[in-house]
Amino acid sequence: MKTSDLFSETYLALISNKARSGLTILGIVIGIGSVIAMVSIGQGAQGSIESNIQALGSNLVLVTPGQQRGPGVQVSQGRGSAQSLKQADADAISQEITLAAAVAPELSSRYQVTAKGTNTNTSVVGTTAAYPAVRNVAISSGTFISDQNVKSLARVAVLGPTVRDDLFGENTDPVGQSIRIKKIDFKIIGVTQAKGGSGFNNQDDIIFVPLTTAQQFLAGNDYVTTISVQAADQSAMATMQQQITDLLLQRHNITNPQLADFSTMNQADIIASASSITDTLTLLLGSIAGISLIVGGIGIMNMMLTTVTERTKEIGLRKAIGAKKGDINFQFLSEAITLTLIGGIVGIFFGWLASYGVSHFGGIATKISLFSIILGFGVSAAIGIIFGYYPARRASSLNPIEALRYE
Amino acid sequence: MAAEDLEEINMIECKNITKKYLSGATETLVLKGLSFTIKDGEFVAIMGPSGSGKSTLMHILGALDTPSSGQYLFDGKDVSTLSDDELADIRKNKIGFVFQSFNLLPRATVLRNVMLPLVYANVLKKERENRAKIVLKDVGLEESHFYHLSNQLSGGQMQRVAIARALVNNPSLILADEPTGNLDTKTGEIVLDTFQKLNKMKNHTIILITHELNVAEHADRIIRIRDGEIVADTKNGHKRIINPSQL
Repeated sequence: MKTSDLFSETYLALISNKARSGLTILGIVIGIGSVIAMVSIGQGAQGSIESNIQALGSNLVLVTPGQQRGPGVQVSQGRGSAQSLKQADADAISQEITLAAAVAPELSSRYQVTAKGTNTNTSVVGTTAAYPAVRNVAISSGTFISDQNVKSLARVAVLGPTVRDDLFGENTDPVGQSIRIKKIDFKIIGVTQAKGGSGFNNQDDIIFVPLTTAQQFLAGNDYVTTISVQAADQSAMATMQQQITDLLLQRHNITNPQLADFSTMNQADIIASASSITDTLTLLLGSIAGISLIVGGIGIMNMMLTTVTERTKEIGLRKAIGAKKGDINFQFLSEAITLTLIGGIVGIFFGWLASYGVSHFGGIATKISLFSIILGFGVSAAIGIIFGYYPARRASSLNPIEALRYE
Repeated sequence: MAAEDLEEINMIECKNITKKYLSGATETLVLKGLSFTIKDGEFVAIMGPSGSGKSTLMHILGALDTPSSGQYLFDGKDVSTLSDDELADIRKNKIGFVFQSFNLLPRATVLRNVMLPLVYANVLKKERENRAKIVLKDVGLEESHFYHLSNQLSGGQMQRVAIARALVNNPSLILADEPTGNLDTKTGEIVLDTFQKLNKMKNHTIILITHELNVAEHADRIIRIRDGEIVADTKNGHKRIINPSQL
């Protein structure tokens, strides 16, 4: 039997029971489609989290205050809740740690911000002139905060694009206008370029003011919430992290590192832990989708077994006119594989459509990789072979005499 | 010498064929040592009541089954010991089957049904259609029916399509198992007439299995079987010929 004949026999068999073939294909479409969609959501999340972390800056070690510890039982209020870092700590790091290329302390907090009748609640970051270099911030209009601004406690602000959009409208240039933070007027001197991110992780929903201004007028104290330290190169990061820890322990008079009132985070660690979370997420979503794929495969097997029973006489006839075991085996296997491959192709298309819909309407980044398409194809072909094998074997091993007599 | 050889070619030679079935502990001997020969170009009816073993004999003659003992020579070749796939090759190249219940593929056209054996015989696509059309004309089916679905035909037409399918591989032997069993007397006569014509005009060897005497009487020779044994093997004296003008 030639391959082209095999295809035309397969086509005839599948087309002669359109409804059943269609429903069986639907099972595979849903299975493959959900695998593609789920994996693309997982990988998209991974991609966007990684790019957000990269957007923080490069070769960073972040120093944040430790947990606020209550007396007796440790009631954790979360990292950063304590007020233990001061401007002086940042100055000490920049002076004593030689591996540090740049140091940018910041004091951030959320405030209600108003401008000409519009208002928004956003993160206000008090920082220094070193911040753009350390944290990969670029200016699209105007200038960033200068050392002069910091020294003079200037009431000036640099807006993130999201804040600009919220307060002044998209693509406007608000430089020279003013906003009110905590009822204090700030003059806008610049707007930063968009960095991306969304939801809670939006790095564009931010306002920068001079650190001293934030301490004096907004927070009313001289603590800082984060000190970002940029290493000269990647290989120096671990050493630098250790040096910073030692320096701050010494400055804070703490001998036991377990009791440190601050914590340091290496950017590489953040990326590693974030991607392990998204890997788990991808695996979880993928296995949920995989279950529907198995259900689809069982659907194929069920249909093929019904078909074999229904077509017992036909199998008997085919054998009587000279079909060999292998011919019958291939015919039924090819029917199962055709069903799954059609289901696979349609499923990849619908999975792509679903992930496009999720990113377009749900605002969640998705990423369809070649890998997930190959996976979809491979899995559907494998399901066809695995779940088609048993029915095909059953068909080919039928005794022609009994098959012909079958009513 | 050569002429005598031609005369004496045995299409089928059965030597003491037995077939037994095991059902549980009891062994049933269905065929009890049959011996006969059928020559090339003969039209033979194998007749017997149900349970006589004629279907079992047909399965062995048709290479669907092998005998438990004895020797079955088909075209001079011993079929008794062949494997499943070798039997399939014999069926594919040398035997055409006609069944009581036609066994056509219901959702396929007449032409496609007739071409089916050629698919397994690896005949080129173009040639398949030509050969199918020729045999369909031979069995007397009008050309307007060639592209109809087989389940749209009448019983007589279906059986003639089935005969065409049996003929399309140009087999040495046509085995017809109760070919008129599902037909009324009139259409049955037409089908039997088709067999007679194929035998007389195209010289096909035909074995007709039936339990009815008036069907068996269309053949030239009648082998009667009862309880797995041949009880009579006679030339058919009062042969029924439907259309003498065509012979």
